[in-house]
Amino acid sequence: MPPSSPDGGRAAKRVDTRRSASQTSLSAPPTSLVARALGRLGGMLLVMWGATTAGFIALRAIPGDPVDVMLGVTASVGESVRQQIRVEWGLDEPPVVQYFTVLGRLVTGELDSYQLRQPVMTVIADQAMPTLQLTGLALVFALGLATVGILLARLPALRPMVSTFELALVSSPTFWIGLVLLAVFGYQLRWFPTAASAGLPALVLPALTLALPLTGIVSQVFRQGIGHAESQPFALTARARGISDVRLLSRHSLRHAAGETLTLSGYLVGSLLGGAVLVETVFARQGLGAVTVRAILGRDLPMVLALIALAAAVFAVINLLVDLLVARIDPRVRMAG
Amino acid sequence: MTLLQWRTRGESQRGRGRPGRGPRGWLPTPGVIAASLFLVVLMAAVLVPSLFSPLDPLRADASASLDAPSAEHWFGTDRAGRDVYARVVHGARASLGVGLGATALALVAGLIIGVVAGLAPKMIDAAVSRSIEVLMAFPEFLLALVVIAVVGPGETGLLVAVASAAMPAYARVARNQTLVVRNAGYVRAATVLGVPPWRSALRHIVPGTLGPLLVMAILGVGTAIVSAAGLSFLGLGPAPPSPEWGVILSEGRNTLSTAWWVAVFPGLAIMAAVVSIGTVGRHLKTGGAVA
Repeated sequence: MPPSSPDGGRAAKRVDTRRSASQTSLSAPPTSLVARALGRLGGMLLVMWGATTAGFIALRAIPGDPVDVMLGVTASVGESVRQQIRVEWGLDEPPVVQYFTVLGRLVTGELDSYQLRQPVMTVIADQAMPTLQLTGLALVFALGLATVGILLARLPALRPMVSTFELALVSSPTFWIGLVLLAVFGYQLRWFPTAASAGLPALVLPALTLALPLTGIVSQVFRQGIGHAESQPFALTARARGISDVRLLSRHSLRHAAGETLTLSGYLVGSLLGGAVLVETVFARQGLGAVTVRAILGRDLPMVLALIALAAAVFAVINLLVDLLVARIDPRVRMAG
Repeated sequence: MTLLQWRTRGESQRGRGRPGRGPRGWLPTPGVIAASLFLVVLMAAVLVPSLFSPLDPLRADASASLDAPSAEHWFGTDRAGRDVYARVVHGARASLGVGLGATALALVAGLIIGVVAGLAPKMIDAAVSRSIEVLMAFPEFLLALVVIAVVGPGETGLLVAVASAAMPAYARVARNQTLVVRNAGYVRAATVLGVPPWRSALRHIVPGTLGPLLVMAILGVGTAIVSAAGLSFLGLGPAPPSPEWGVILSEGRNTLSTAWWVAVFPGLAIMAAVVSIGTVGRHLKTGGAVA
């Protein structure tokens, strides 16, 4: 694509377009709260729409007959029955009509899964609880462990050990951490049950698996943020006033370090969902992750679209919460917003 | 944006002067030397696996099923009696191959899309940028899963899926960098001197955007290896008997109750590879060798 001859005005406009969605919310001129909330909501709906549309196009492009998905590969069914199913599910309509039908049913919650033959909303509602428990507990573990790591690293003697451990956690595949935990604490020491049906004790190892990589990254970024804050002039001033180390940390450095860590956490909480796919497989658990794998392998178009829309919504909500929290904690952002 | 890239972003914002600008910052630490040596060994294993293990990674031996690690079988044997050490060594080729190949593919595709978007009329640029933002709203792993649903499982599918999941981040950086470079004096001078736009894009803009992308790509190889292992662990990669780290791990899952070694060693190999790539990559980045 050739560049047109650059003139000043055009170039200036160009630079103006260099704003990502997240920056916009911080650097936009102050407007009313309602307008900003509506803008965020609109952006969220736009992302959900874009993601489901892309998913629809991509999945319709797959060669193969959705009727095979519904019946299973082994089924031998006559062509007349197949045609009947096609008409019943609206699969004989042109793709554009199908697209709008699917989108409409997705909005009203009437979309049915090909494989499971029940509304996708019911499936998601049924399977959301195990995944929410898993990710919720993982988040608690991650915050607790990251705090321990940060406090340990304040002792200079332990710092190299902590950062080596962090690096190892960040560099390992999540599911491998799960396999090691399962081998050590499940099968060798037998501290925790290995079957998923054993209730809360069975949740500990999977949650820990999800939490550990998160811990590594959160504690790394947080420690660097604190280090950065404590190299600033205000830290020197505070120390010169005779403030204690604990008080400097709790009153000043923590607030400074929290901003970037929170922004990062928003992204990471979202990626917990991706991690759940693997962790639920490793531990043979029920949940949205397992549903996702089954839907993708089975090319269950309605289910995949619903999951895509759900993931987009979860991300948007998390990002909104993070932005609000950052503004509460860091006065510099609050002023700018 | 991947975990490893976030890491370094945080690191580069550290306020301790400007690392790597002086000759001091370039001196490799023992960790960097060890990581480089490991990567050299790994590359040797990719090129000539028989150098490290004379055993056949596919040869089954029913009498040696699930043997614990010993002098004969360093990493033990799996259910079919295959030597796990040989499988891990021979698996380096498939796993690193996907990591390197997918990253290269993502880099090239991202570069093209990003540069084109950065130079295209505003409408096209906006459409591309919004699409990239939508893609980046998903975790890389979920994106790779959706792509593999479309292209189908297998070695090629794995490569394409991992590459597509990593691509949006490269496209975004390439686009933003293009917007900076296209206003630089030397690009304007070239336009004034009558250099055709396509030539200017190839000669001036692409080299200008390449630096930051290469740094991203070095760290991206580690992420790609981890993603690929995850996908083939789910059975979406190479077919089971073939040696690949994710495949060995998924076999290890089935025998985990009695034989921990089948699952532990390939994971250690992945971790060592990713740690080494990350260490060397960050050293190159702060040392200013690439950027």
